[in-house]
Amino acid sequence: MAHYPITHHLTDDLLMSYAAGTLPEAFALVAASHVSLCDECRARLGAYEALGGAVLDTEAEAMTDDALERGLAACLSRLDRPAPVQRPAMRQGPLPGPLADWIGGGLETVRWRPLGMGVRQAILPTSRRATARLLHIPAGVAVPDHGHRGTELTLVLQGAFRDETARFGPGDVEVAGQELDHQPVAEPGVDCICLAATDAPLRFNALLPRLLQPLFRI
Amino acid sequence: MTATEPDLAALMTAVRDRQDRAAFAALFRHFAPRIKGFLIKSGTEAALAEECAQDVMATLWHKAHLYDPARAGVATWVFTIARNRRIDLARRDRRPEPEDLLWMQDGTEPDQAELFEAAEENRRLAQALADLPEKQRALVQRAFWGERSHSELAAETGLPLGTIKSRLRLALDRLRTRMS
Repeated sequence: MAHYPITHHLTDDLLMSYAAGTLPEAFALVAASHVSLCDECRARLGAYEALGGAVLDTEAEAMTDDALERGLAACLSRLDRPAPVQRPAMRQGPLPGPLADWIGGGLETVRWRPLGMGVRQAILPTSRRATARLLHIPAGVAVPDHGHRGTELTLVLQGAFRDETARFGPGDVEVAGQELDHQPVAEPGVDCICLAATDAPLRFNALLPRLLQPLFRI
Repeated sequence: MTATEPDLAALMTAVRDRQDRAAFAALFRHFAPRIKGFLIKSGTEAALAEECAQDVMATLWHKAHLYDPARAGVATWVFTIARNRRIDLARRDRRPEPEDLLWMQDGTEPDQAELFEAAEENRRLAQALADLPEKQRALVQRAFWGERSHSELAAETGLPLGTIKSRLRLALDRLRTRMS
């Protein structure tokens, strides 16, 4: 099988917002998952966090010596308490660590719902500012033609898809805005599994999917 | 007096390797007012911000074994912990974290040249930020204080959010040029 490097990355805007901690959960999940797979974006994220460090270092709020020493004493008295244990996020098959953590297991724990044409989806629990779902698209099958009202991020976990703009393989993330009207088609061979997040409902161009939209929450 | 990054790195290494409480106290005196300032600007009330600064510093102590000076400066590390504390406080969105890289935990010590270079890069970044025109610097700062502060700026100035974001991009381009 041909090996493709990751060629579609997170935008600066998304990486900086993830570094600043302002992304809705669904987008942060895509960002954390992509960074887990992509050394280049990990390095760019590190640079934005360094900028956050530089910002923090310029912003001292005046504290009296007395307040500072009281705070220090209170803090020192806590240091011997046991620290909360954090399990590192572990990859599970095609699922990057943060995603496997989020759904509480591997692909076998996912509860899929049929969307028609053999396409299946599973909506993930996230805060309401944006929605996240896993998509399973059988090899060779097309997802209904759709446009976007907001931003849609699609991270490929397994297989690959093509649309009017490019080919997206494992680790690639497509950042689609309002201007993109596309029809993704899964490549033949392996079924395509993606993590998709959007901050607005999709617009489908055919009548039927639009009627179904409220029902499936896509 | 402001501690410089090499000083902070040495203090942090002492905390990591020897659980040195005097070194921790020096880090606390440097960072607690900065964490408090950061949280207040992010919309946290002063008394709570002071309390959270203690939480952030206690977390720094408990995670000291993960500290790797070649990977991130102390200020960067403190920023990420303070940011996560702010996210917890807002009780709105949780934060999924990327996987750790295995080589980060292989226990090998970076050599002096690497450490010097990392500290030098952080120093240049701080200088580049300080040299930005006032308005541009304010935009970059606000981006890290949180989303609330950009919508507030939009309300204060009457500028659309999109304009604020494109001005922020200009500021970042300028920083990038200075750093390259």
